Amino acid sequence: MTKHVVLVEDETNIAEAIRFLLSRDGWRVETLANGGSAAEVIRAAKPDLLILDVMLPGKTGFEIMAELRSDDTLAEMPVLMLTARGQARDREMALQAGVSRFMTKPFSNEEMLSTVRELTAGRVS
Amino acid sequence: MVSLNQLIAVCLVYVAGLFLVAFLAERAAFRGRGGWLLRSPLVYTLSLSIYCTAWTFYGAVGYAARSGLEYVTIYLGPSLVMIGWWWVLRRLVRIGRAQRVTSVADLISARYGKSNLLAVMVTIMAVVGVTPYIALQLQSVTLSVSIFAATETASGQGGQINDNAAFWVAAGLAVFTLLFGTRNLNANERHHGVVIAVAVEAVVKLVALVAVGVFVVWGVAGGLSETVARIDASPISTWQTGGGRWTALIVLSAAALVCLPRMFQVMVVENDDERHLQIASWAFPLYLLAISLFVVPIAVVGLELMPEGANPDLYVLTVPLSQGQNGLAMLAFLGGFSSATSMVIVATLALSTMMSNHIVMPLWLKLNDAGATQSGDVRTVVIRARRLSIMLIITLGYLYYSASGGSGALAAIGLISFGGVAQFLPALLGGIFWRGATRTGAVAGLSIGFVVWMYTMLLPSFGPDAALSAAVFDHGPLGLGWLRPQALFGIAGLDPTVHAVWWSLSLNTLLFFVVSIFSFPTPLERLQGAQFVNVFDHSSGPAHGWSASQGRTEDLMIMSQRILGATEAKAFFKREAAQQGRMGVPPVPTQEFVQALERELAASVGAATANAMISQIIGGQAISVEDLMAVADESAQILEYSSKLETKSRQLAETANELGRTNEKLTQLSLQKDSFLSQISHELRTPMTSIRSFSEILRDMEGLSAAEKTRYASIIHSETIRLTRLLDDLLDLSVLENGQVSLNARQVNLHDVIEQSVTTAQASSARPIDIRRKPRNEDVTLHTDGDRLAQVFINIVANAIKYCDAAAPVLTIAVRRHDEDVIIGFTDNGTGIPVEGQNLIFEKFARLGNGDADGAGLGLAICREIITRLGGQISYVQHDQGGSFEVRLSRTGLAREAQRLLPA
Repeated sequence: MTKHVVLVEDETNIAEAIRFLLSRDGWRVETLANGGSAAEVIRAAKPDLLILDVMLPGKTGFEIMAELRSDDTLAEMPVLMLTARGQARDREMALQAGVSRFMTKPFSNEEMLSTVRELTAGRVS
Repeated sequence: MVSLNQLIAVCLVYVAGLFLVAFLAERAAFRGRGGWLLRSPLVYTLSLSIYCTAWTFYGAVGYAARSGLEYVTIYLGPSLVMIGWWWVLRRLVRIGRAQRVTSVADLISARYGKSNLLAVMVTIMAVVGVTPYIALQLQSVTLSVSIFAATETASGQGGQINDNAAFWVAAGLAVFTLLFGTRNLNANERHHGVVIAVAVEAVVKLVALVAVGVFVVWGVAGGLSETVARIDASPISTWQTGGGRWTALIVLSAAALVCLPRMFQVMVVENDDERHLQIASWAFPLYLLAISLFVVPIAVVGLELMPEGANPDLYVLTVPLSQGQNGLAMLAFLGGFSSATSMVIVATLALSTMMSNHIVMPLWLKLNDAGATQSGDVRTVVIRARRLSIMLIITLGYLYYSASGGSGALAAIGLISFGGVAQFLPALLGGIFWRGATRTGAVAGLSIGFVVWMYTMLLPSFGPDAALSAAVFDHGPLGLGWLRPQALFGIAGLDPTVHAVWWSLSLNTLLFFVVSIFSFPTPLERLQGAQFVNVFDHSSGPAHGWSASQGRTEDLMIMSQRILGATEAKAFFKREAAQQGRMGVPPVPTQEFVQALERELAASVGAATANAMISQIIGGQAISVEDLMAVADESAQILEYSSKLETKSRQLAETANELGRTNEKLTQLSLQKDSFLSQISHELRTPMTSIRSFSEILRDMEGLSAAEKTRYASIIHSETIRLTRLLDDLLDLSVLENGQVSLNARQVNLHDVIEQSVTTAQASSARPIDIRRKPRNEDVTLHTDGDRLAQVFINIVANAIKYCDAAAPVLTIAVRRHDEDVIIGFTDNGTGIPVEGQNLIFEKFARLGNGDADGAGLGLAICREIITRLGGQISYVQHDQGGSFEVRLSRTGLAREAQRLLPA
């Protein structure tokens, strides 16, 4: 069974880069460019990993997190949050929102891959 | 024929009657009965009639016989004051009652910071001024007695009898005043006996004079018309209205009504009810009218009947006598006698209060350092002082009479007295109406006025070579011509009375005002000044504060007992204790209590002395902050301060508000800055993320296809272009916002600008759009920066190309004129901008719709800045379907506006 990651990212070029990286690492990448319907999709898909941008059209990453929190079936799902704003306040808010890891853009490919591996170690075969 | 013995018997009976009336009144008052009469406006009005002394009774006729109608001025002055200025008197009465004033000296002293110096000055001046007046009364009685004596005895013994009469009259009056004037120590408590006796005498003298008048008109002249004819024929009926003299006399008599110690005594000190004054304000002038009604007829008939050289001052007596009307003559004598006695009694009473309170008591206090706390009854000291003063004053009057030898017309002596006491007027009126009046000013004014009065009026009255040598009269002292007593400063030719009144009162007033203005009042003066001037607002307010905590109740009690008497003092302390809610124990010496005690004592010994006594115990008075605040409260000056304060605090509040707003604004600006930085960070980091990621892919990954390599490299390329454009926009916006932009304004054709913009916009985009225009409308010449305007148009057209969601995009560019403005509208056939976004589109980083990565959301913000710089407006106008951007530019104002916005 292939590992399933949902990537919510409105910047098409960034989404393409991540998709390229993770696909090579054996992930099935499902990309969403709009925050509006993201929570619904995620709840239905129950992916092994969620990569979530903050600044999104429709809904922000934080709003999506708040929606997912109430869902117990997603309690085990690791979440990697990406942001381009890079302010300390965002990091705090992210951790409070129940995000597993927080990463500031731009990141190196190595950083991205190792973080994803760490987050999913032992969970996904 | 009336024998001298008969006359003396009648006098004795009359005086005994007066004693009885006074005694009964005192007893009734003591038992609390008879108030309807004792405290009636009738008695009050009648008591005011002590203004009419023997001078009036005898002297007015003499005056008329000598100077015609001028005597009327003596009645005109008081009538004018009573009718026209009764509110001044009301103020005096109110102050007198509120401050428990005992005399005119007490009032002036209390007003100017309870100054003992002023009290002493006024007392001495009053004594000096009034002594001739008392002598005048004695003289009139002796003169009248001499008439009866002359008809009985040989003319040679007249002088002896005269002197005896004067002596006995003086002694009798002294006894009466001693008996009824010092029964009660509290000078402020009414002397009911004296007042009722004065009222009875007022009736007697009026009845007597009217009776003589009626007799003269109907009994001698033969009827009203006859009398009028005789008056017409008489030389005295010619109105010698020498304006200066009339004015001076009216001013003098008006001043006398207020300043004469005896008038002050009956009008203010003995006043029971302020409302009585209102009644007296018309009743008293009526009394004056009645008593002056027959003056001219008596004078005219007297001039005709009596032999040449007969004293016209005595026509009231001699005319009835010459007609054999002994009974009427006796009544007239009694009238004159009562006029004289009532005046002497009240004047002596008033003067003795002043003397004992302001001269004897302070001296005694000074001689007995621990006086106030010593054991022993001060009451006896006060009463003794008062009795001594009475005797002294009557003796002085008698001595003056003896010394002056009964010379001079009655009216002249009266005028001199008036002139003396009139000197109180500036300090008195200034004190109750002008807060700025100071003690120093009052002292200065009184001093100069009194000195000038002495020099120009009193001393010359004794005649040349009596008090002043004839040389001084003619050439001035030491040959200084400008100091001649009747031609000061070389102004000769004036009537001596006018001259004296003019110089004494005007110098007095001038000095009083000038010195007051240039001197500073002490706190106590300010306090008292406020109390006096604002008496109608604060008649019950505290006078001033004692820092009474150090004061011991027992000491105060001992002192009060000795002044008020044990019974009254105890009653007072009990009352005050009850008011403090302390039954059966002595009151706490609070500030209020000590103030009340001081007022109580002031009613007995005067404000200055009471103040001094209390400060002996309390150990110096303190003007507390509260007192000063009390002054502040009232003072108009401080009112101004407080209004300023109010303004200031309002301004402070406004400033605080403004600071709050500024702070809020700053906070908002700070938030905006944070948000702006955060936005910029986001806009920079986003393309950099792609660039970094793909460049690492290109570097690290092996086995990439050529197509992949090309694609990733072109992504990197486009993202770097995006970065560059972002930086360009940011710099552009920054320059525009800081106003550092330099506009290159010149004549441009709108058509050319639109043409260029459309071409450029279309060239940079592959999306097709149909652009519709009406070139004819575009032919407008503008004075503007064509390149900047084109930048705006390009942005708008590019947006339309980029965002128009119609299947076949159409952009209509329409130019229309509105007044002096040109409006360029850009309307596409898309759905337009959602309503909720319309407010945001001109803000920085406001990107609507879903993430088209192209553009950082700065374009329209830049457009708005540019159009503002160009003096126009840019807006988004909502239509039924979609909407349009409208750029509005002023054709004429543009250059100017642009110029204005250019940095210097």
